[in-house]
Amino acid sequence: MDFSAIVSDALRSGIGPIAAVYALAATGLNLHFGYTGLLNFGQVGFMLVGGYGLAITVSTYDGPMWLGVLGGIACAIVLALLLGLPTLRLRADYLAITTIAAGEALRLFYRSNWAEPVTGGVFGLQRFANDFYALNPVEPGTYGVWLVRFGSRDLWVMIVGWALVLVTGILLALLIHSPWGRVIRSIREDEVAARSLGKNVYAYKMQSLVLGGVIGAVAGMMQAIQVQSVNPDNYDPGVTFFLYTLLVLGGAGRILGPVVGAILFWFVLSFLDSALRQAIDAEYISPDLISTSEVGAVRFALVGVALILLVAFRPQGILGSRKEMLLSGR
Amino acid sequence: MAADPVVSRTGRLSAIDPEPGVRKPDSLLVMDEVTRTFGGLVAVRVEHLEVQRGTITALIGPNGAGKTTLFNVVSGFDRADGGRWSFDGQPLTGSPAHRVARRGLVRTFQLTRTLARLTVLENLLLAAPGQRGERVLPALLRPLWRGQEREFERRADELLDRFRLGPLRDDHAGTLSGGQRKLLELARALMARPVMLLLDEPMAGVNPALTQSLLGHITRLRDEGLTVCFVEHDMDVVMGISDWVAVMADGHLVAEGPPHTIGRNAAVVDAYLGKRHDEPEAAEEQGTEEQGREE
Repeated sequence: MDFSAIVSDALRSGIGPIAAVYALAATGLNLHFGYTGLLNFGQVGFMLVGGYGLAITVSTYDGPMWLGVLGGIACAIVLALLLGLPTLRLRADYLAITTIAAGEALRLFYRSNWAEPVTGGVFGLQRFANDFYALNPVEPGTYGVWLVRFGSRDLWVMIVGWALVLVTGILLALLIHSPWGRVIRSIREDEVAARSLGKNVYAYKMQSLVLGGVIGAVAGMMQAIQVQSVNPDNYDPGVTFFLYTLLVLGGAGRILGPVVGAILFWFVLSFLDSALRQAIDAEYISPDLISTSEVGAVRFALVGVALILLVAFRPQGILGSRKEMLLSGR
Repeated sequence: MAADPVVSRTGRLSAIDPEPGVRKPDSLLVMDEVTRTFGGLVAVRVEHLEVQRGTITALIGPNGAGKTTLFNVVSGFDRADGGRWSFDGQPLTGSPAHRVARRGLVRTFQLTRTLARLTVLENLLLAAPGQRGERVLPALLRPLWRGQEREFERRADELLDRFRLGPLRDDHAGTLSGGQRKLLELARALMARPVMLLLDEPMAGVNPALTQSLLGHITRLRDEGLTVCFVEHDMDVVMGISDWVAVMADGHLVAEGPPHTIGRNAAVVDAYLGKRHDEPEAAEEQGTEEQGREE
């Protein structure tokens, strides 16, 4: 077995562009779920409208990239308003039902024949991020230390991606530690109490939904840019659940929770993938038990087991405080 | 205070006829034809009720009389099916809960609602009205609200000392005992700068020593000029502290008057004391009623 290849794969995944995208999307979800207590099960829908907003503007209508970015953000705002207006006055579960349904509805709508002239239907849209790569200041070649090496394109996406994670994290930290954040956290604790103290809970929930949704949309754009392609079937509900997984793993309601969670999630996933493949190649694991083609599914099953253990033994996540989690208002 | 408020208050109230729906010389909260029905059940139908400024008014009545429902309607936590109510001369009918609180009519809950994962200090700071840092963009610019925040902290610390919660200031509110939560809720309500407090069974589930302490706090608040209206069904508590008592039964206002007249009132005896008013499950029933009707 080639251990250096396993470690290399795992490390590259842990700090790679996809981890940055997930860290960013989960930061938005953290504002919803970790700080406001909103059960948004449709974060993937915000990623979808972000990615497609950019792709459609550039690819279908030949617009400039900056307009695409604005378009994606505008779509996320509209989506948040559409989701929030009818449901935010209701109990938390209704938002969960609505958002998961909306995410799927969007995916099916964007892949429909009817929408194909604009969205590309099942084929999606490609090559809309040339402007982004034209800005790449990194000279072609490979860069890195030890076992971790990246090409200049990936490196450029990573620089922008992690910079966005950093900036978003700082802004979120500033917000959470302000009086605005105090109201947001009080809604998570007991929205009736917040209303009785003169806070317009509905408006605050809406602001949280919009802000977190826009962060999700930006993550969706980075994801689309990284592969220079959008395809509706990449936006299945599973993405949202991965985001929840890594958020819980890192610690919901902690600024760095999604970052730690994303790095660890992709590190472990890649590690398992690579290690299983090597073990099968080296015949440590009989191909009758797991074949190479089944590795992709098995690694997710193992991540599931790990998540069950995590929830059982460390429900507050890596950065959370168990004592705090167990407190109750009654 | 210049004039002794206790004397003038009782002086002015004693001149009023003790009959339901009577007009008062300086009413702060006025309700007219307030109605709330649940299906076919008329939970509240109050023809007219005024709450005199600067007094402690007790709202009593047997379980299911509609006291908490009336509180919920007036404080914006429940919809009325009809009626009008006004506060400080301005209409308040149908105002949502947060606007009611901003007008200076602040309520507490029978079951305490502490914000568990906020600190005791944060619980108080949250309640401060007119915060500049509560809008998204100014929130990012600390210098815009830092001064105001310090001022709020000073006031919060004063209130915490007053309620002997000072040493717990930086603890999570979820770690407080039941009695401390009651005190915290009262302090938090005061932080919102109320003109009038609506206290929903402030003594429910509280030990005798803390009851005395709470009564002392409420009396002192009244002496400082605050108007207090509270729901209670323990007659002993009501007799000792209130300046005026309003009695509800089956959703209606059946009697009003100074405490010493209430015990003799035939309508009250019929409606309230005649019923088994000391049922052990009384508190629980009231609790589920509140929860079920809030949403």
